[in-house]
Amino acid sequence: MSKNKSEYLINRHDNQYEVVIGLEVHAQVTSQSKLFSTSATKFGAEPNTQVSLVDAAFPGMLPVINEYCVKQAIKTGIGLKAKINKRSVFDRKNYFYADLPQGYQISQFKDPIVGEGKVILDMPDGQKEVGIERLHLEQDAGKSVHDLDPKNTFVDLNRSGVALMEIVSKPDLRSPDEVNAYIKKLRSIMRYLGTCDGNMQEGSLRADVNVSVRKKGSKEFGTRCEIKNVNSIKFMQMAIEYEANRQVDLIEEGQTIDQETRLFDTKKNETRSMRSKEDAHDYRYFPDPDLLPLEVSDDFIENLKSEIPELPDEKKKRFIEKFKLSPYEANILVSDIETSNYFENVIKKSDVKLATNWIIGELFAALNEKNLEITESPISAGNLSKLINLIKDGTISGKIAKTVFEQMMEGDKDPQKIVEEKGLKQESDPKALEALIDKVIDDNRDKATEYKSGKVKLFGFFVGQVMKVSGGKANPQLVNEILKKKL
Amino acid sequence: MSDITKQSLSELVENIKSKKLSSSEVTKAFVERSEKSKELNAYITEDYTNALSKAKKFDEKPNLDLKLPGIPMAVKDLFCTRDLRTTAGSKILNNFVPTYESTVTQNIWNEGAILMGKLNCDEFAMGSSNETSFFGNVQNPIDKNLVPGGSSGGSSSAVAAQLTPITIGTDTGGSIRQPASFTGTVGLKPTYGSCSRYGIVAFASSLDQAGPMAQNVKDCALLQEVISTYDEKDSTSIDFKRNEYSKELTKDIKGKKIGIPKEYRVDGMPKEIEDLWKKGIEYAKDCGAQIIDISLPHTNYALPTYYIVAPAEASSNLARYDGVKYGFRAEGENLIDMYEKTRSEGFGAEVQRRIMIGTYVLSSGYYDAYYLKAQKVRKLIKNDFDDVYKKVDAILTPSTPSSAFKIGEKTNDPVSMYLNDIFTVPVNLAGLPGISIPAGHDAKGYPLGLQIIGKAFDEQNILNIAYAMEEKINFKNNITDWWIK
Repeated sequence: MSKNKSEYLINRHDNQYEVVIGLEVHAQVTSQSKLFSTSATKFGAEPNTQVSLVDAAFPGMLPVINEYCVKQAIKTGIGLKAKINKRSVFDRKNYFYADLPQGYQISQFKDPIVGEGKVILDMPDGQKEVGIERLHLEQDAGKSVHDLDPKNTFVDLNRSGVALMEIVSKPDLRSPDEVNAYIKKLRSIMRYLGTCDGNMQEGSLRADVNVSVRKKGSKEFGTRCEIKNVNSIKFMQMAIEYEANRQVDLIEEGQTIDQETRLFDTKKNETRSMRSKEDAHDYRYFPDPDLLPLEVSDDFIENLKSEIPELPDEKKKRFIEKFKLSPYEANILVSDIETSNYFENVIKKSDVKLATNWIIGELFAALNEKNLEITESPISAGNLSKLINLIKDGTISGKIAKTVFEQMMEGDKDPQKIVEEKGLKQESDPKALEALIDKVIDDNRDKATEYKSGKVKLFGFFVGQVMKVSGGKANPQLVNEILKKKL
Repeated sequence: MSDITKQSLSELVENIKSKKLSSSEVTKAFVERSEKSKELNAYITEDYTNALSKAKKFDEKPNLDLKLPGIPMAVKDLFCTRDLRTTAGSKILNNFVPTYESTVTQNIWNEGAILMGKLNCDEFAMGSSNETSFFGNVQNPIDKNLVPGGSSGGSSSAVAAQLTPITIGTDTGGSIRQPASFTGTVGLKPTYGSCSRYGIVAFASSLDQAGPMAQNVKDCALLQEVISTYDEKDSTSIDFKRNEYSKELTKDIKGKKIGIPKEYRVDGMPKEIEDLWKKGIEYAKDCGAQIIDISLPHTNYALPTYYIVAPAEASSNLARYDGVKYGFRAEGENLIDMYEKTRSEGFGAEVQRRIMIGTYVLSSGYYDAYYLKAQKVRKLIKNDFDDVYKKVDAILTPSTPSSAFKIGEKTNDPVSMYLNDIFTVPVNLAGLPGISIPAGHDAKGYPLGLQIIGKAFDEQNILNIAYAMEEKINFKNNITDWWIK
């Protein structure tokens, strides 16, 4: 593990403070139906249209575990290089709220389905390992809507009973940047596995952020505060910065930090106390008597292991070893499964080096400008591959390729056709080029004389003129060679 | 046939199958007797008109291959019944009409039986005398102002008074066997996992079990074979081979080893209970059984264990009755106020007491001392039974420490009320089957029951023992129809 050179520290007077962060990520399991019922889980459905008698906790209704969700949780555990617990227990977490129909959430408390694991982060100055404490399955609650009516609250139970994975990290994170890298990596792993779509806008991924500070070099943890339910990476980073500074200020003023639950106000960019430790709920956890302990066999786990695709860390290693990519390039290309699929499709039939440059450079810039995901790219992997081959075999120059690329971004057109229709093919016929060059030299006699008398810088001027006259189509390499001879 | 309601289930089935009786005639007879018996207050909700029209429909196209062809039946109001109000004896569900059917009742209708109505019970099955019901006391047909037991008090009263040929109850700590014992009827609590809990209003999930209540052992066996099915909708339902209990019923119990647990000789047990037990032992011997003295050393801890585990689960199971989604709602200033008013007005005193106990024993700081310890003791109680079942096939005990008591006699003394369950709760804690059969009368002429406890999934064996002893005991219930004017 390399030494972290760009440490995130808060300076106050003569003191330097380190920030200690742990995350509890709530990731919605990708599944057609809920954790203990057969209701659908589609996002954005009309309120209360995906609610079964079980989800609404009618009398005498009983939960039945959804085996698919169990598989998804175990797969995620395997992706986190974690211990899979062959026996886990569902507990009831008891509290009253209008959008919690049972009056308890079925969760896993003492015996989670997945134990300790790890996630590797690629930071600018090296790799960092973040420990995973546990992963457990639990039900989501419904949604209370307070702003539709001045007096009433409306309850939508579509989300009630949807399967969540709570992934608890160890307090290993030390900066907002590491939190950013951690969430992205976690999201990437789950998307590779198909266990969580990671869509933060739709609430598929949210986190409770635990923050504490301590003087640099101290071995003991400070008192932590938990910032509840933050739903974007940007807000997590903002909340951490605010909260860490607030805690440092308190310590500098000689005050103590109260262990409490806080909320992040995204409008005011500050955290606010929600409830103190004394007011903390007593959830009265106990094993749910409606459900037997969940037991899975070695075979069950082994079968799931065989379904695990190549994950980002392994893919990165392969890209570096097989395609000689730099770690930086490999990181970018494996960061999400769609990008790596795109890349691998492009290089099936074209040059790796050029493909890497074109994807990371032109394509990402163009997609970024249009605010598109790689899956929405107007240019298919097949056509980008063709474009790269046109460059590689000298049919067009890199400069012309950019023009073709721009046209391709307007709609997925075959680059070959664009080149033909617009007559963009590179001029590589020496005779034709000689004629062109002769004319340029002829038209600029005075400059040619200056060049010959030693003003070698003017060579670039001639190259430029030739390219201009050829409409950019002249093969630059040949132009160089012929010009040198002629001048 | 004038005495339709005096016939046992088996006789009625036989008479309908041989077309001596129609379902309409039978249903009409039980409806009429039920209507004349309002003073017993056995019903919470009557559904007579529908029952009669269903009977008529059955007779138009009778399927006589079914096990309960056109048999009318009222059931405990803890079973959710589609389109018929289900209250669990509580104000909080006073207006609740399910859109779904419990698995157990569905199994019954699938065999041709017809729903007559919903029977009274203690609120959320919490009680031993049916006095906690929001819908009032139930009279024991044995004597005026006598409790019918509980929580399945409406069920025991209705079967004993022949308002229904047979019924089902639920048993969490004795709620089938104790009322059966108090009314001179037969009640079976099956092995935990034998009958699906789907659609039964939950009291304590790890203890609740539905079971048959009948006039005799054979009827009980027949209904048990109908209601006991494996059900994927209940994760605690167990997939084991279920007998056709009534067909395989035999009085031949020669050589069966029956254990007599010394710990069930509790302090202060009335002499007539002791005598009944002794008589029971003699009957068992007469049937050819071998009597073996056994010890169940943790018996003393069963009652306190039960009164931790059951309220703990209940406190959580009843959290859903919050006025938000269905059932009774009291208006409040805000959400918390609405919760508090709804639950303090909607639940009766006994239910509130148990929610308080349950909440307390699960609270942080008390969990280990109460709930966790109770779970450990529960395991020891189960181990006791596992040990003795290496030596015996079944266990014989009294069903209750006394005969039925007067209405109001114990309402202000919950502990004395809880003591009623002393012989029945260990069976629930261990998940075993137990049957109560009427075995004699006390000095007042009130019935007394004996309990036969079996190995898990061994319902057939205890039914056989009960069947054999029933013949020797030759019990006659002494019911005068005092409530019919």
